[in-house]
Amino acid sequence: MGTDVFNKVEKINSELFTLTYGALVTQLIKDYEDIEQVNIKLEQMGYNIGIRLIEEFLAKSNIGRCADFMETAEVIAKVGFKMFLGVTATVIDQDPDKREFHLILDDNPLIDFVELPEQYKHKLYYSNILCGVIRGALEMVQMKVKCTFMKCTLSDETSSDIKVVLEEVLSDMIPVGYD
Amino acid sequence: MIYSLYILNKAGTLIFQNDFGPTEKLSLNAYIRLGSTFHGLHAIASNLSPTTESSSGIDVIETETFKLHCFQSPTGIKFFIVADPNHPSVDEILRGIYELYADYVLKNPFYEIEMQIRCDLFDYKLARLLKVNTTND
Repeated sequence: MGTDVFNKVEKINSELFTLTYGALVTQLIKDYEDIEQVNIKLEQMGYNIGIRLIEEFLAKSNIGRCADFMETAEVIAKVGFKMFLGVTATVIDQDPDKREFHLILDDNPLIDFVELPEQYKHKLYYSNILCGVIRGALEMVQMKVKCTFMKCTLSDETSSDIKVVLEEVLSDMIPVGYD
Repeated sequence: MIYSLYILNKAGTLIFQNDFGPTEKLSLNAYIRLGSTFHGLHAIASNLSPTTESSSGIDVIETETFKLHCFQSPTGIKFFIVADPNHPSVDEILRGIYELYADYVLKNPFYEIEMQIRCDLFDYKLARLLKVNTTND
């Protein structure tokens, strides 16, 4: 499924992509100096991308509404990540209430050449833009989520781990016929 | 023959309208009114469902002289086309238009979301899509 859609979408040179993102992050660090601000800005940029990207995702993948949040998790990990980043993520630690899951990124094209200097480790979430993208995209399909980086391989942790928590289903925003 | 295309945002406001072919032009206000009216009718239709689940709203309206096909995305954007009653592939065209919208409207960083669509590239691609489909008929 993810591979089919991946084959359909336009590709760019991944190094150009990685370098552009690197330039963006380093510029933000120069501009804001405060690392926490950089994390916030990256997340906001991601949000603005996510609210647009969701339509492309829906248009090209032909996926309808998910039955529950766990299906959403699988779709993000297997189709969403594949379609836009060319990699898939693994879903772990789903909670029994179906309101929370973790995405493990084994391969992340954003960090291909990146070595984080000591002073940024455990402070800068380099790929925090991904959190924003997920939050923005899900908000457009009426799910308000909180999305945070728990671990990052750049800070010498074992894996890249994004936690997604469903805060609320915006039921009065659901378009007619989809409820 | 496709007569016209309307795009409504989540709130039911007309954000794009274009006529193709020899249709009678209405005033801009009339188009806006038509769009909002359809948005209301669509919502009513969905509530009219006799079963416990709500229906998908209006998919198709057929008359002797035209038919109207509507496609609603899970985000709530509605696209509807007024076409010749014998047109064979309106639904595919609607899907195609949704893809064009995702590509050439939303990826334009200067397009403000939920606002009027004024993108030349979208107009151009739309014209091409409809042209290909007319020659195929």
